Amino acid sequence: MSEETSESRWRVAVTVLPKAGVNDPAGESIRHGLEQLGYDGVDTVRAGKVITLVVQAESEDLARATVERMGEQLLANPVIETFSVDVEPFQART
Amino acid sequence: MSGRPVVGVITFPGSNGDYDALHAMREDVGVEARFVDYRETSLSGIDAVVLPGGFSYGDHLRCGAIARFAPVMAPLAEFAGAGGPVLGICNGFQVLTEAHLLPGALLRNGTMRFHCHWSHIRIESDRTAWTGGIAEATVLRLPVAHGEGSYFADPETIAMLEAQGQIVARYCTPDGTVDESSNRNGSVGSIAAVSNAAGNVVGIMPHPERAANELVGGADGLRLLRAVLGGAVAAPA
Repeated sequence: MSEETSESRWRVAVTVLPKAGVNDPAGESIRHGLEQLGYDGVDTVRAGKVITLVVQAESEDLARATVERMGEQLLANPVIETFSVDVEPFQART
Repeated sequence: MSGRPVVGVITFPGSNGDYDALHAMREDVGVEARFVDYRETSLSGIDAVVLPGGFSYGDHLRCGAIARFAPVMAPLAEFAGAGGPVLGICNGFQVLTEAHLLPGALLRNGTMRFHCHWSHIRIESDRTAWTGGIAEATVLRLPVAHGEGSYFADPETIAMLEAQGQIVARYCTPDGTVDESSNRNGSVGSIAAVSNAAGNVVGIMPHPERAANELVGGADGLRLLRAVLGGAVAAPA
């Protein structure tokens, strides 16, 4: 693999969470569990999912723009979810 | 259209209510019915479509999220847009919301449990392709089997659905009272079924195809499955 290819890879994390106002029984169950463990200062817990991708793109901005389109089209359902995208250079782990 | 109407039952990888739907349509309703594979690209010759229950694509990502991109969904959207009757049952309902053919979404049950029991629903609109001829306030007894059946839409959407008569059925007690005790999955407004604005596309969480013969404990589902026969005559060719 050429160095150029390596530099054009990005590790992207898409965090998907239930929108405000959408019932989140999983988050509520976790909050209840924490309360049982004695953590009584937890006001809210929202449970979603994190989807990680390694994508090829010429720049960080292009990688972000592509993954944001993926989020709108498939990774999140805008009726019930919001999502955020974090991008960092991909470091191959050897 | 000439002759008996033909009902197409779409089978996705992971559908499990497809045989029940086909059997109910053929044997209990008495129409022609055939499976439509998710890879088919035409609904030619089909007069009404059922999207069955199950776990299409393993419910991965979200229920119905992957099925939405199956090849058959493009002709289905055309069929629905032209006024063809479409019924989404359980997972089929979830697929139709993901495909934006119906408003709202289905969330995890408020109890965090899979619900599998008989339920009662009250018909709220007789102006859809699948409830024509069923008087409003009629109570039907149908089974549910879902983990993600809690209907959700934002308050503006709910108000619009109410105003346009798109709420097709609500969970109720056996005597037809809509209350929290009968809304076991925590649906907004106890909503069990909705339609699109035109009324030809309906999504329902309970299973009419599993209550189409007294042999299996009830036949109330037949009323919904039969209702389309009148409307199917006007379906696109």
